[in-house]
Amino acid sequence: MSAGRRGVLRGRAGALSRVVRSGVRRRRVQTAVIALATLMAVASSVLAGSLLAASSGPFDAAFARQDGAHLSVQYAPGTSDTELRATGEAAGVSAAAGPFRTTTLTPRFSDDLPAPPMTVVGRAEPGGTVDRLALTAGRWATGPGEIVLPAGDWNSSVVGRQVTFPDLPDSPALEVVGTARSATGTAEAWVTPAQLTALTPHGQPNGRQMLYRFAAANTADQVAAGRRAVTAQLPAKAVAGSQSWLTVKKRAERDTALYVPFLMAFGVLGLVMSVLIVGNVVATTVGSGIRRIGILKAIGFTPAQVVRAYLGQALLPTLMGTALGVVTGHLLAVPILSDAEDAYGADGLGVEPWVDAAVVAGVLGLVTATACAGAWRAGRLRTVDALATGRGQRAGRGRRAARLAARLPVPRPVALGLTRPFARPARTLAMGTAIVFGAIAVTFTVGLGSSLGEVMAARDHDAADVTIGVLHPPVPGSETRQADPSEVIEEQPGTRAHFGTATTSATVAGVSGSTRVTAFTGDASWAGYAMVAGRWLHKPGEAVVPTGFLTATGRQVGDVITLEGRRAPVTVRIVGEILDPRHDGMQVLTDAATFKSAEPGLAPTAHHIAVTSGTDASSYTDALNKELRPLGLTADVGGSEGGSEMVVTLNSLSTLLTLMLVAVAALGVLSGVLLDTRERVRELGIHKALGMTPRQTTSMVLTSVVVTGLAGGALGVPLGVALHGWVLPAMGDSAGLRLPDTVLAVYQAPELVLLCLGGLVIAVLGALLPARWAARMRTAAALRTE
Amino acid sequence: MPTTPVVELRDVSRRHDAASEGLPALQDTSLTVQAGEAVAILGPSGSGKSTLLNLIAGLDRPDAGTVTVDGVRVDGLGEAAAARFRRAKIGMVFQFFHLLDDLTVVDNVVLPAQLAGMARGSAHRRAAELLESLGIDRHARAHPGRLSGGEQQRVAVARALMNRPPLLLADEPTGALDSASGEDVSELLRALHADGQTVVLVTHDVALAQACTTRTIHLADGRIAADSCAEAVR
Repeated sequence: MSAGRRGVLRGRAGALSRVVRSGVRRRRVQTAVIALATLMAVASSVLAGSLLAASSGPFDAAFARQDGAHLSVQYAPGTSDTELRATGEAAGVSAAAGPFRTTTLTPRFSDDLPAPPMTVVGRAEPGGTVDRLALTAGRWATGPGEIVLPAGDWNSSVVGRQVTFPDLPDSPALEVVGTARSATGTAEAWVTPAQLTALTPHGQPNGRQMLYRFAAANTADQVAAGRRAVTAQLPAKAVAGSQSWLTVKKRAERDTALYVPFLMAFGVLGLVMSVLIVGNVVATTVGSGIRRIGILKAIGFTPAQVVRAYLGQALLPTLMGTALGVVTGHLLAVPILSDAEDAYGADGLGVEPWVDAAVVAGVLGLVTATACAGAWRAGRLRTVDALATGRGQRAGRGRRAARLAARLPVPRPVALGLTRPFARPARTLAMGTAIVFGAIAVTFTVGLGSSLGEVMAARDHDAADVTIGVLHPPVPGSETRQADPSEVIEEQPGTRAHFGTATTSATVAGVSGSTRVTAFTGDASWAGYAMVAGRWLHKPGEAVVPTGFLTATGRQVGDVITLEGRRAPVTVRIVGEILDPRHDGMQVLTDAATFKSAEPGLAPTAHHIAVTSGTDASSYTDALNKELRPLGLTADVGGSEGGSEMVVTLNSLSTLLTLMLVAVAALGVLSGVLLDTRERVRELGIHKALGMTPRQTTSMVLTSVVVTGLAGGALGVPLGVALHGWVLPAMGDSAGLRLPDTVLAVYQAPELVLLCLGGLVIAVLGALLPARWAARMRTAAALRTE
Repeated sequence: MPTTPVVELRDVSRRHDAASEGLPALQDTSLTVQAGEAVAILGPSGSGKSTLLNLIAGLDRPDAGTVTVDGVRVDGLGEAAAARFRRAKIGMVFQFFHLLDDLTVVDNVVLPAQLAGMARGSAHRRAAELLESLGIDRHARAHPGRLSGGEQQRVAVARALMNRPPLLLADEPTGALDSASGEDVSELLRALHADGQTVVLVTHDVALAQACTTRTIHLADGRIAADSCAEAVR
């Protein structure tokens, strides 16, 4: 290329660049609005995409690497090994491992603290075709006196420690020789098959564990079909329990997956808003700059250069917003991905590069397409038309509204302001849409906060006015007895109701890990547990369980389950499903009398008291404490409560994203009103020349957005409620929870009215700056504007 | 018989750009307009005519000197006070009418009264009187864009007189009109003056000045070059 040609091209590029830069400088507010809207859209999309990738990545990778079991089945004693091996030949089974003998034991570690019962599996080697175990420390158990513990529950420092089993004759002690990770958590300890025999009390039969992989196991139905196939030839009572890999996967992904639905909602809101705002800003820039376009063309800009100039004015802030959005998304992802690392035992989880690339490409593509549509119009304008059109202001719209408003019994500036939206319907629509999105975000976030509050209230079930905590719970099985304050509580004036809670743990056949058992002494129906289905327990032998328990065990309300791991098996009927996210939902709540024979020493570790109406809880507590002193117990006002880091993070994130959306909405209004005010400089000058005071000018400009704000709020609030109704159940599903109406129906009528007014607040906030500008405008200068 | 001055300027100076050393638009100008006078301010472009008018209307502030209108020191007023002052004391007529296109004729006319808080009924009665007296009552419900230039300027005059101001300021009121309409407006200003209205008229048009005012002041380079009143006294 010749030097002359290069010089010409450089000159053209320089001219174009100067036009773009001056356009961006002239429209600082619009530039800021585009940048902020894009920032929000990109940040929330990067966050949502990263969490989506992080939530499924580590588990899927480990499951594939270790050939995890699609189904693990716990068989009851009495089924022969030959019969069980035959199940591995069933239709649809691609690989099987086992049978492995199992037993449930209560261990005690060298620090002498009691531990919950564990399912111990006798397994000769960690490899195989199904559920290959990955050794993370030490080595595999190869002889007597050795045990391997799961890596998810123990770190490498446990290697070398002693585990004793005090419930067994002679309290055998085993040395921890290693830790291993099972992709689907098929056991809580492994020993050699011979060691398992040694650990089994004489005369007590062992259960059996079989692990299966299926040709198709991507859905719950496919796994259920596989389960039917492998158990078809066995008696019904042969299966003690089973666990699908999908349940384990969901549990593993739950913490991060919980964020995904609501971040996706904010991502979509932000994306739609940025597209809308960019489209609106480019359209109004072209619409109000027609004369400028005419001048550019008159001095030699080609249509393509004009398109590029206007595209550049939109893309420059979009690029800035995208860059900042990527950085913000990464920063926000750090604490959440750190939680995910803990959950998976994975190191170095970060934002996947493809997530950044996809989000950046998606946002830039959408914004470019939107801006192109507006810029294209600028390129196609005929020069002569552009020069002629740009001189005059269009008038005529909204005259009927102006006539009607003139008759309203309100001050004239207010009436003038009220008619303004009808003069510029397209601009009003754009501002209204920004307000709608702001109102949606605010409504959704308020609802999210209320719903999470309800979930926390259900979790904490802190309806008690007074609580007595027992600092040193008795060791199960020991002869030590804690003082019982029941009589003192009952005799205390002002007591309306009370119950005690004792906790222990048990295992449920087929489910790895122990299940927490909460046993009540007295009627705990008022404790604040939120029922999802069924009813509260009324008598011994009945139990209520969280949704997570039903999902993990494949049971439903009305089923009977057997709790093992104590002195004797305990059978309970599930009569209700409750909302309680604690302990992964692996809880059984029952009457203490249910465990009378299985654990005679089970005593309450806390007492919860409700006082009669009109009784002051503090005075009651003071009086009760005097009576409790001889028993060595202390009562406190209020129920047990606990915060949740996840709830704090969710609330903080949603508040941050909402503030960003509200800011973008307000900036959208500001941009529209500013443009409107600049177009009306002459009109404002006339008003001021006729005696309109700055205050009246301010009220006129502010009133011009009142109808739009109210309409935006009225439309945005029901949409926000609908979004809440869609996202919350999805979040509950991600967390393995079914949410009751108390959690979902959180909006009250007065609150909805206030939220509708939120649209007005956004509109007024956005119009404040232009209103001040209009009020301060110099009348003489304004009148000179033509 | 001594008359009350409606406008009194004392040693007024105003630069084009007060913040810097801009060119002077008006220099050490002193001027008095008595009640009932009709004064024309004449001069070429850039002579300071519009600046003088803006200072009298409280639309602008002098860099030096004092401006008093109907007993009110205008040069020290804040924005809100200046707006209230204009409502009460000034009626303005502009070259390009400055009517609000979205409002009907009657709504344009009642606007200053409504800003001043006059009751709706009283305002509309007053507007009807003015429109009738100016011969445009048949256009009361029309929008300004449908009227001729002369009719639009009559609407602007009606609006200017709505609050019965002691001073009517007119800035090139015939500058955007054809000769017939210009003559029409000239006649109107003459009639208003005849009824006792104090008028200050800024114009290039010597004929208009002679037709409807009793005194002419020539401005050149921001100074009063000639004042027919002073010459008459001499």
